[in-house]
Amino acid sequence: MSAAAELARRHRWRWWEALPWLAALGYFFAFPNYLAFGTQVLVTILFALSLDLVLGYAGIVTLGHAAFFGAGAYTVGMMALHLGWNEPLSGLAAAALVAGATGLASGLVLLRTQGLALLMLTLCTMALLEQAANMGAAWTGGFDGMPGLSFGRILGLFGFDVLYYRSQYLYALALLFACFLIVRTLVYSSFGQSLTGIRENLLRMHAVGAPVRTRQVIAYTVSAALAGVAGALFAQANGYVNLAVLGLDRSAGVMIVLILGGYGRLYGAFVGAIAYMALEHVLATAYPTAWQLGVGLTLVAVALFARNGLIGIVDALRRLAGRAAGSPR
Amino acid sequence: MNAALLETRGLCRSFGALEVAREVNFRLERGARHALIGPNGAGKTTFVNLLTGVLAPSRGNVLLEGEDVTALAQAKRVKRGIARTFQINQLFRGLTVLENVCIAVAERLGVGGAMLRAAGSRADVLDEAARLIDMLKLSGDAGRRIVELPYGRQRLVEIAIALGLAPRVLLLDEPAAGIPSAESHILLDAIATLPKDIAVLIIEHDMDLVFRFAERITVLVSGAILAEGAPAEIAANREVRAVYLGNAV
Repeated sequence: MSAAAELARRHRWRWWEALPWLAALGYFFAFPNYLAFGTQVLVTILFALSLDLVLGYAGIVTLGHAAFFGAGAYTVGMMALHLGWNEPLSGLAAAALVAGATGLASGLVLLRTQGLALLMLTLCTMALLEQAANMGAAWTGGFDGMPGLSFGRILGLFGFDVLYYRSQYLYALALLFACFLIVRTLVYSSFGQSLTGIRENLLRMHAVGAPVRTRQVIAYTVSAALAGVAGALFAQANGYVNLAVLGLDRSAGVMIVLILGGYGRLYGAFVGAIAYMALEHVLATAYPTAWQLGVGLTLVAVALFARNGLIGIVDALRRLAGRAAGSPR
Repeated sequence: MNAALLETRGLCRSFGALEVAREVNFRLERGARHALIGPNGAGKTTFVNLLTGVLAPSRGNVLLEGEDVTALAQAKRVKRGIARTFQINQLFRGLTVLENVCIAVAERLGVGGAMLRAAGSRADVLDEAARLIDMLKLSGDAGRRIVELPYGRQRLVEIAIALGLAPRVLLLDEPAAGIPSAESHILLDAIATLPKDIAVLIIEHDMDLVFRFAERITVLVSGAILAEGAPAEIAANREVRAVYLGNAV
């Protein structure tokens, strides 16, 4: 196949892209007692997907992405607690708006910098929000957060299931699919191609006349809004919000998920979240006091032997098979 | 006097005490095939950076068709028709040759920021990129990633990207560097087939290429213009010969 034909077909859906969604539906029926865990995995995938847009595609290195996850979570939490607004979908929309606006405001300042300065400023943004949430106890619950939040029925039909998470799981799956469609459309578009160009060579992107910073700010804002949806989903599914949604642990965790799965690959977020959380779950059960050692060793192995993450191993094998068959790629 | 396509007036740039451009008055006419030569450290690449907006001058002006573009950012100058290649390849190394050129063409056509339509579905972008790749004899490599290409082939991709911007002024910073001599004719052929209304300024150390290509040559030494004229005049200029060959002329 010619390069042009290959590029022209790249955005089309492939049969195997149905598999993650079928597997997620299958999980619903196969593991009805583990839907709370499944919901956390779906929320993590969505959060990692939002990070992939900026880190994997636009090459914006950030350690403060939890700022937007937290902004979304606190938005629905405060709306439910103080305004009595507990309708889930409009809550999500508000969370996306608030997190997106936070991303836009901070992005306009942060994205003037690069490298270590950018990394530090993203951390600072998150720390500022975390401290604001800690100090604004009258609205945020401070250190204790906001436990016992209750939300209305989804579409007026499905109530949140505090014991088995059935509604939460399907709700999270539907939202993940909708957000995935947005991200997929973006990354295959000319805009997504230009983000990849920015990641690959900033100097060259300037030299082809691209409005680099505008594109970065747009990507950062969209990504922040998606992270806000993930945070809001977390708050609605679990019925609580606390400072942990804004912490460095959450930011670093989602970055580990993405690196483990493979960044800039769309499905890396899926593979990474499932692998990380399954590993964490299994190790924490087997070795409650030292499970992080196992996670750490796995990451060292991935960093040394699978630079493009777990999904990169699949790519490398495909390329190898292509070469063995005499195919150019 | 008619306005030149690209012109500098009293252009100066210093890095601390070091003056890398000194009162440079330069004209690039429409359709020119102009070469800028000078020894290493003469300030040639700095001059290109000043023309393209990568660097701001300490003093002086850059004019495009008589309009002062000194304050315009690099991206806006590109939109006005000033394109360049780099002395050291600046490519999207993880992407294919075709994707590299497509990014440039999409920006030129103003669709680089389109979010809804898939990049691969833009036949206009793909066709234009494929035409440029073919023109530079890169068709066989179109699907290969830049990191998989020899350096000389990468130089040609640099030029394909610049041409993808449909420039009125094309600044080629040592385009033949790294291209095997057996392949340099591809480069010259590509330049020869450019529309005559594109002005080309080439910076090059390969004097054979310079004298085959250029209709006019400017010699830059220590940030200032030492001589300017037709190739025969430059070849006969005693000062230029002294700079290149030492005082034994």
